[in-house]
Amino acid sequence: MSEVAVQQPSSGGIMRLWNDKESRSVIVQIIAVAIFFALFFYMGRNAVSNLETLGKDISLDFLGQTASYDISQRLIEYDSRSTHFRAMLVGILNTLLVAFCGIILATVLGFLLGVFRLSKNWLTNKLAYVYIEYVRNVPVLLHILMVHGVIIHTLPVPKNAISVSDSVFLTNRGFFVPKPLFEPMFWIVFGLFVAGILFTIWFRRYAKNVQDLTGKQYPVFWISLGAIIGVPALAFLVLGMPINWDIPELKGFNYKGGMVLRPEFIALWLALSLYTAAFIGEIVRAGITAVNWGQTEAASALGLTRSRTLNLVVIPQALRIIIPPLTSQYLNLTKNSSLAIAVGYMDIVATVGGVTLNQTGREMECMTIVLLLYLTFSLIISTFMNWYNKRIKLVER
Amino acid sequence: MTDTVQNYKPGEHPSLPPPSNTVGPIAWIRENLFSSPTNIVLTLVCAWLLYKVVPGSLNWMFFDAAFTGEDRNACKAVADGACWAFIGERLALFTYGFYPAEQRWRVNLSFILLIAAIIPVLFDNIPFRKYGLIYSALFPFIAGWLLIGGFGLEPVPTSEFGGLMLTLVIGVTGIAFSLPIGILLALGRVSNLPLIKMICVGFIEFIRGVPLITLLFIASTMLSYFLPPGTNFDLLLRVLIMVTIFAAAYMAEVIRGGLQAIPKGQFEGADSLGLKYWQTMRLIILPQALKISIPGIVNTFIGLFKDTTLVVIIGLLDPLGIGRASLADTKWTGLSTEVYLFVALFFFVSCFAMSRYSLYLESKLDTGHKR
Repeated sequence: MSEVAVQQPSSGGIMRLWNDKESRSVIVQIIAVAIFFALFFYMGRNAVSNLETLGKDISLDFLGQTASYDISQRLIEYDSRSTHFRAMLVGILNTLLVAFCGIILATVLGFLLGVFRLSKNWLTNKLAYVYIEYVRNVPVLLHILMVHGVIIHTLPVPKNAISVSDSVFLTNRGFFVPKPLFEPMFWIVFGLFVAGILFTIWFRRYAKNVQDLTGKQYPVFWISLGAIIGVPALAFLVLGMPINWDIPELKGFNYKGGMVLRPEFIALWLALSLYTAAFIGEIVRAGITAVNWGQTEAASALGLTRSRTLNLVVIPQALRIIIPPLTSQYLNLTKNSSLAIAVGYMDIVATVGGVTLNQTGREMECMTIVLLLYLTFSLIISTFMNWYNKRIKLVER
Repeated sequence: MTDTVQNYKPGEHPSLPPPSNTVGPIAWIRENLFSSPTNIVLTLVCAWLLYKVVPGSLNWMFFDAAFTGEDRNACKAVADGACWAFIGERLALFTYGFYPAEQRWRVNLSFILLIAAIIPVLFDNIPFRKYGLIYSALFPFIAGWLLIGGFGLEPVPTSEFGGLMLTLVIGVTGIAFSLPIGILLALGRVSNLPLIKMICVGFIEFIRGVPLITLLFIASTMLSYFLPPGTNFDLLLRVLIMVTIFAAAYMAEVIRGGLQAIPKGQFEGADSLGLKYWQTMRLIILPQALKISIPGIVNTFIGLFKDTTLVVIIGLLDPLGIGRASLADTKWTGLSTEVYLFVALFFFVSCFAMSRYSLYLESKLDTGHKR
């Protein structure tokens, strides 16, 4: 003991700082930040000197130059004389398109799979299980290539297309579907549809208030259905169906008219949806089984019907468990859409990070743009889902 | 009911068998397949699906398939199903890539050593497990030396790596190095030191916000800009680094979940015993946190293993790349389904085994939470 006491003064200032918890934490942080910035500056200096040797500078001017490549699947006007900036916009929209469609289809299929997994029917249950295990344990890239292969190799050429009621044609050059041409009167129907949605939002609140105050219940579901679907449908019929269909026709070797969904888009969309649906199915199953059985029993003890038990007791509680992992599945789907490049679908990575990068040789700028775009998408999706999650969160005392 | 005499004492009557319509296969079928109208419809739809899919696939895959043959046409002459002869002929390529034929014993040896290295990690009831684990930790370096060469072995350039071997190299390296890095990142993220926390959060969120494929592009096109002029290091090594930090960021989030589930009392208990930070973590917190996060960790491993296929996009020849390159051979055109199914089978077997092991581990480690 006495030795320690004697040694302490001689161990000096530095050791004393190190042995003090507060000052040590400051020292550790200073060192960490110093290393971080040193690394940062070191890499930055290397980058500057490397670029100088190659005679390159950092500028975004290339975005204004002509991108002389074609993009077959596009949502906005674009041709090979458009600029690289325009190509980037097409890429962004294509990524958003496939992510949006994929999220919707994956959610629908995923919830179905989850319900099938919980089904008392042995056959359905096991089929869903086999599907989920197969899909989850095989890489998504392989799924994309397989679906693409099926479309390219097994679907017929346009001449012998598989036609569904002579308006939808499935071929190996894509799916040709009728394109709606709206007459001016159609916008009345559309206006009624929007009005129906707004009315429903208001009416649900009103009905809830009335129920809270008086206990009187309105048939909310049927009235909502009538407002959103019924009234517009009636108007649609009364106005004489103000919509025309541009039906694709076989001209020469390919179909003309209508809308075309390219094989690359379909392959990517289906594969991403089928893949993510398997994960969502497991999440849904886990969420629903996590709701205590006592809740269901209590609900039936209160005399709630089976559907009301599901709607009012089980699903709200299950959603709380389902939402956070569901968010990360949506993010995964969006990020996995970058595999588009494997089948030649022109998304962000394939346009900015692919052809534009190779044409202009501006790796630094292109990759930075790609990274920033993906970070923005991730941020937007997770912000939205966090907001939704907060809304349905359990309000505790 | 003629015999009304009570032959048994009260309470000693043997149990009667259950009613015949509640046991046996018929009852099982009625209970599980035809219990309600919805169920009947579901059963019929499923049976129809199975009828449509299963016999055809089985015929194509096995009964109508050609297992030997010189080329596509030879296959076609024998049978009109799958042509597995192709896979058979290219099996060496699928396994070793372009690794020189006379050096392939090194790959085989590493594979055997890999199995020996995995056993002590998987099972805790084998003798001398402690030494086994030390060996497992050293294994990546031993295998690296064996595969790359140098120090007495003939060097093999990594551009000749390919096939399943490449997948295993990337997968095993990623798994071996992402766990420790992930632990450090997770500790940084829950740390009390604000600056360290900021760096870790920024790093994790950045990596998790972008797709792996963009990171691989950076590795293949851009990374050399950030290094001193003239350094030109191996593409495979760059890919390994990117895959590892990618998996590490996900691992960090999984482990953070485990760390946050540890009650505060554990930290306070460790403090009151006078343990230092690293002692607390090593002896008290991490053993519990890692145990909780095992399912997540294994899931991350599975994800990483599946993600190794993405390297094909930047031109490395994993099984998928080898398969696609082989399809360019005019002898074997149009056999993509066979290639994809073969690769899918490999991934399914490995990943399914991992997930089963995770389930087994979960049930084994589920102590103290059971009632």
